Amino acid sequence: MVNIVPEITRKSITELIKKGERADSRSPDEYRDVELEVGVIEKAEGSARVKIGNTQIMIGIKPQIGEPFADTPNVGVLMTNSELLPMASPTFEPGPPDERSVELSRVTDRCLREGQVIDLEKLCIIEDEKVWMIFLDLHVLDYDGNLMDAAVLGSVAALLNTKIPAARIENDKLVIDEENSIDLPIKEKPLMCTFAKIGGELVVDPSLEEENIMDSRISIGMREDGSICAMQKGGEMPFTKEEIRKAVNITSQKTKELREHLK
Amino acid sequence: MIFVEDKNLVVPGDVLADDEYHTGRGTFREGNKICSSLVGLVAVRDKKISVIPLQSKYIPKRGDVVIGEITDIRFSMWNLDINSPYSGILPASDVFGKEKRELNKAFDIGDVLFLRVVDIDEVKKVKLGLKGRGLGKFRGGILIYITPTKVPRLIGKKGSMINMIKDETKCDIIVGQNGVVWVKGEPEMERVAEKVINMIEDQAHTSGLTDRVRNMLYELLGKEIEEEKEDVDEEVPEPDIEE
Amino acid sequence: MAVIRCRYNMAPFSVGDRKRPGPDRRSVEISKITADALKPAVFLEKFPRSTIDVFIEILEAEGGTRCAGITAASVALADAGIPMRDLVVSCAAGKADGNVVLDLSEDEDKEGEADLPVAIMPRTGEITLLQMDGHLTSEEFDKALDLAVEGCKKINEIQKEAIKNRYGEENG
Repeated sequence: MVNIVPEITRKSITELIKKGERADSRSPDEYRDVELEVGVIEKAEGSARVKIGNTQIMIGIKPQIGEPFADTPNVGVLMTNSELLPMASPTFEPGPPDERSVELSRVTDRCLREGQVIDLEKLCIIEDEKVWMIFLDLHVLDYDGNLMDAAVLGSVAALLNTKIPAARIENDKLVIDEENSIDLPIKEKPLMCTFAKIGGELVVDPSLEEENIMDSRISIGMREDGSICAMQKGGEMPFTKEEIRKAVNITSQKTKELREHLK
Repeated sequence: MIFVEDKNLVVPGDVLADDEYHTGRGTFREGNKICSSLVGLVAVRDKKISVIPLQSKYIPKRGDVVIGEITDIRFSMWNLDINSPYSGILPASDVFGKEKRELNKAFDIGDVLFLRVVDIDEVKKVKLGLKGRGLGKFRGGILIYITPTKVPRLIGKKGSMINMIKDETKCDIIVGQNGVVWVKGEPEMERVAEKVINMIEDQAHTSGLTDRVRNMLYELLGKEIEEEKEDVDEEVPEPDIEE
Repeated sequence: MAVIRCRYNMAPFSVGDRKRPGPDRRSVEISKITADALKPAVFLEKFPRSTIDVFIEILEAEGGTRCAGITAASVALADAGIPMRDLVVSCAAGKADGNVVLDLSEDEDKEGEADLPVAIMPRTGEITLLQMDGHLTSEEFDKALDLAVEGCKKINEIQKEAIKNRYGEENG
């Protein structure tokens, strides 16, 4: 289904943003309400439900033992996957992941991986043979704009909440100790901040209405120390260098605020 | 025998009355019983029992005025989204007569129009027209979407509710029977009207709504709330009970 | 006539061992029987040439997901304002440890002797879904069916409550 935005809606939102206002009365650098709940799925070793405005994602973590990649024999594996459920939006169709879904999981994965959420070396059990593979599944329940920031925030929360069984080697045999579970070795808490460019202005945490009319989008992943760990530009129109710099500046403030939800 | 009271909330399958009553909208007869087919409020008028739904999709009816958005341009017609399971068509001949002209010069994709439902065939193909006062393309303003069944509540008795919002916000407001509302005025006032209309949608099934709407308007506009109530007219407007 | 399409889908993290995303034979079958269970209740003739999509997402599975899915889907249809003859409510009975019991848990289902999911339209008691898996004598079957229908009726009360709670107490 194609999403055609009524011309007058496009105009009224753009005019407001040019004046520094937004249709839902937020300021340009204001997030919608953020809700975060962890440990919501008993069957999952870690889980979180995150809401930004009406955007809602359920994240579940399942660990499995598998073989390491040949080029990184002593490193565990993090696999990020996402499903844009058809109930979340009339524009989401059932079937294999489309490009939006693949982009969401890849950008989330990049932010988590390069942001070094998990110390993956500690997930190696036997070099070259057995490592923990951490499957992170993003289940998008409701889409009202800005999936990426919600996905990264929820993923970090779910990973912080994850317990995996202790695995050790006894008499050359792998022993999985389900009784004694341990926390994942967390290193960093990177978060992501997304901007939409509309009418030449940048707004943070775009709503669906805003995403539907935006000229372009930039998402920035940042670690606690303010270093940048992932970026993704989307949309048909270009950015200026100054705009990107401005976005990076605001990101350091906004990710700090978002990180409060992880406490 | 009747098993429910006026304004009771009922769900599909609830038995409402026996066969001394007549079936109105939102009900059906099964044997000698009348049952509800919807989630809604019971309305008893004489011996006719109806259920006014709390949620619905817009099903086009001939003569309705609706707000539609152009989604496609074909050889000799426009396709419109009318906030319904059924899309509408506007024939080029309705706009150009017998003249041959390029359709997108008149209305383009994304344009929003105020139209009348001219005809519906058996398979719910909806023919729209622009002949009539006030019909045509909107310029400027914002759109608000509400549940179509709440349109009578938003309009109020003889337009009392909608006129109050118009007067207080100084906005032009047009309500399509399909639940699409167009509002144009000062941008701040458009947002005030939007908030109030969303509140009416949320609370359409409750009583005392007119007063709450007035208070909300005054609060948003920074006006003093008058102590004495001018009218205590707080009846749910008669819904048009048709089948 | 309108067409009802159902999609029953399990989240990868809803079960013990991660489930690979996407449909499998089980979910395709459940999707079909869910649509069949709901269809008799909906006034499909009111919406010619249209499709009603029902999406069921299992976020966590611990036995009885198809019944929970049907029960919730019918509430969602009512909530969407789609005209229906009745709600559809579903519940399973079965046999575990030699006893006929209601609503098998995951472990009882795995170990048990029989599973009998049933869906009904409670006003008339008409059955819109019936499956059986396992082994029951005809006496046990009678008992299990009665038990499942009783269970459905209890759950039907919870369905009604859920709908009414959405609109507050004042109109209860």
